[in-house]
Amino acid sequence: MTRKVLLAAFVAAAFGATGAQAQTEIQWWHSMGGALGDKLNELANKFNASQKEYKVVPSYKGSYPDSLTAAIAAYRAGNAPHILQVFEVGTATMMAAKGAVVPVYKLMKDADEPFNPKVYLPTVTGYYSDSKGNMLSFPFNSSTVVFYINKDAYKKAGLDPNKAPKTWKEFIANAEKLKAAGQSCVYTSGWPAWMHIENFSAWHNVPIGTKENGMGGLDTVFQVNSPLHVRHIAMLGDMAKKGLFTYAGRTNQAEAKFSSGECAMLTSSTGAQANIRRMAKFEWSVNFIPYHDDVKGAPQNSIIGGASLWVMGGKTNNAYKGVAKFFSFLSKPEIQMEWHTGTGYVPITMAAYEMTRKSGFYDKNPGADIAVKQLTNKPPTANSKGLRFGNYVQGREVIEEEIEQVIAGKKDAKAAMDDAVKRGNEILRKFQAANKG
Amino acid sequence: MEKRVVFRSAWLPYVLLAPQLVITAMFFFWPAIQAVYYSFLLQDAFGMTSQFVWFQNYAELFRDSHYLSSFKTTAFFATLVATSGIFISLLLATMADSVIKGALVYKTFLIWPYAVAPAIAGVLWAFIFAPSIGIVTYYLKVLGFDWNWIIDPEQAMALVVIASVWKQISYNFLFFLAGLQSIPKSLIEAAAIDGAGPFRRFWTIVFPLLSPTTFFLLVINIIYSFFDTFGVIDATTQGGPGDATKVLVYKVYYDGVKAADLGSSSAQSVILMIVVVTLTVVQFRYVERKVQY
Repeated sequence: MTRKVLLAAFVAAAFGATGAQAQTEIQWWHSMGGALGDKLNELANKFNASQKEYKVVPSYKGSYPDSLTAAIAAYRAGNAPHILQVFEVGTATMMAAKGAVVPVYKLMKDADEPFNPKVYLPTVTGYYSDSKGNMLSFPFNSSTVVFYINKDAYKKAGLDPNKAPKTWKEFIANAEKLKAAGQSCVYTSGWPAWMHIENFSAWHNVPIGTKENGMGGLDTVFQVNSPLHVRHIAMLGDMAKKGLFTYAGRTNQAEAKFSSGECAMLTSSTGAQANIRRMAKFEWSVNFIPYHDDVKGAPQNSIIGGASLWVMGGKTNNAYKGVAKFFSFLSKPEIQMEWHTGTGYVPITMAAYEMTRKSGFYDKNPGADIAVKQLTNKPPTANSKGLRFGNYVQGREVIEEEIEQVIAGKKDAKAAMDDAVKRGNEILRKFQAANKG
Repeated sequence: MEKRVVFRSAWLPYVLLAPQLVITAMFFFWPAIQAVYYSFLLQDAFGMTSQFVWFQNYAELFRDSHYLSSFKTTAFFATLVATSGIFISLLLATMADSVIKGALVYKTFLIWPYAVAPAIAGVLWAFIFAPSIGIVTYYLKVLGFDWNWIIDPEQAMALVVIASVWKQISYNFLFFLAGLQSIPKSLIEAAAIDGAGPFRRFWTIVFPLLSPTTFFLLVINIIYSFFDTFGVIDATTQGGPGDATKVLVYKVYYDGVKAADLGSSSAQSVILMIVVVTLTVVQFRYVERKVQY
């Protein structure tokens, strides 16, 4: 298989000399470092080997915020890339930039490439579509948050390692037993805002903000100070005080604390699995994230994180044709399966999921399918199909700051969440004013 | 005996000055003017629409209690960085000055950290003090001290101060050492003969003679802590936990570069510029009087 690809690449390179002038280059800026970047380059090479007209040139531009900033600067200077990978919290910024981007549904239609948004998981389609149901960006790498437990630590504490807690009530009971058994760090969490506000809200079918979490218009306001949110954040603060919860930072720092065996339980991205598989010297399992069992309708479904591909404006029609062809290539189930199994990201179409299941991948890697099951647990509602808040890079930061105040015991949960809403709404109003045109 | 060179030509001095003036205008004045202009605008990230909003960006900042508390954080941070940086390097310089054997090696090692970029310094210290894997954390735990700057605001502040001070010690050290070496040995010897002990000699002779150096370093260190420390902070606490280490310059960087909010970021940098200019003027007017040249 790979030999064939290499051969094809070699042949393409050998004959490239004659076809080089006619080839149209497509610039692709992304944020996939390390092993993920290698996998991404493989996809581009495969596409380049599959045809002669276009050449996709990926370039790594640093972290998600860095590459977005670089692309904004490049756009202002008139030399933006064709394709830009943008993380989920940048979605509203990109959507508001009409004229700076070409919506994917339009790109595919103009290029006569088949494109059916319905093949994606509903939580994926919803996240990247406008209110009319038109898909504006191309889903690429999606993840969600899952719940990991250290089975060895469970055994040591006299708990059943095959029964991960389903509810927060059971969770706390287990946490206390783990603590009593001498576990120094009981529970930690990566991406606190993504897990404990965004996914928490979707999982319990409560809104993060009005107007369908901002998807219905720019005049949305945050609602993360609801009694349920306050109760949950207060619970975290209380757990931190009792030594049941160890805060580890705003991004994925918590994952290393779990894979090293220091912490017995972790909620973090599905993307953590690759590293845990490599590092962990203990038995572990992947599970659904816990829920509060007195909330009606919980658990609903979790929402995605990760990034999608945006097409920038102001390029030639020929280049757009190439971009559309490349997207068709990326939509193939076998390519999606390759990306999913090679990276740990979620299979974003049902076809890719089925294909992976039939290949026996999930039997060999138990837990790798939990993410899809969690994302499709129930058909998504207005509260659980995603979120779209203007300048959410700042908005999420405000929420994280306020959560930290609660964990540190400097503020009570109600005051912190009220402040998060107040400060967050100011950011939303400013975004609305800047993008009212 | 006039030693000054006098130019007779009308244009030559301007030509000779021109390269410096062009560089200053291009890299200092032009961006500063741009910042002032942008601070009056409300723009979307891509610059598709742009509205002139007068002082709205400024008004928003001063309504934000978190921005105002960032001033306090910055003042606290700058005071700690400047005073402890100056104090430690003065101590090191006086000791290095009296070393006779291997003085060169000793001095070279002390100057070394200056070649390290702020972000690297931050990462270095973040590793040493990392909550689970840091070596210092490990020994603190052995001593029964719970070290976790990820969530403890005071410890986070301590970490960024240590990293920032460490970065600046070499620079201060170099100036103090030069200052010490320019003090005539005969003065100190004379005092010693008169029966003054080492402390007395330091406070009545050495320290006053070093006061121009100390004053210069005070100004430089305050400017350093106001402008140059965002690399250290970005590599370690990123302003957290909460907003415990969010100094003014870090917020400028975050809002402008990470959050693409150019209007507010420009307004903040204009405010920061005014603060530092004022501080420097105050220092020159009031503190400099106590300096003996």
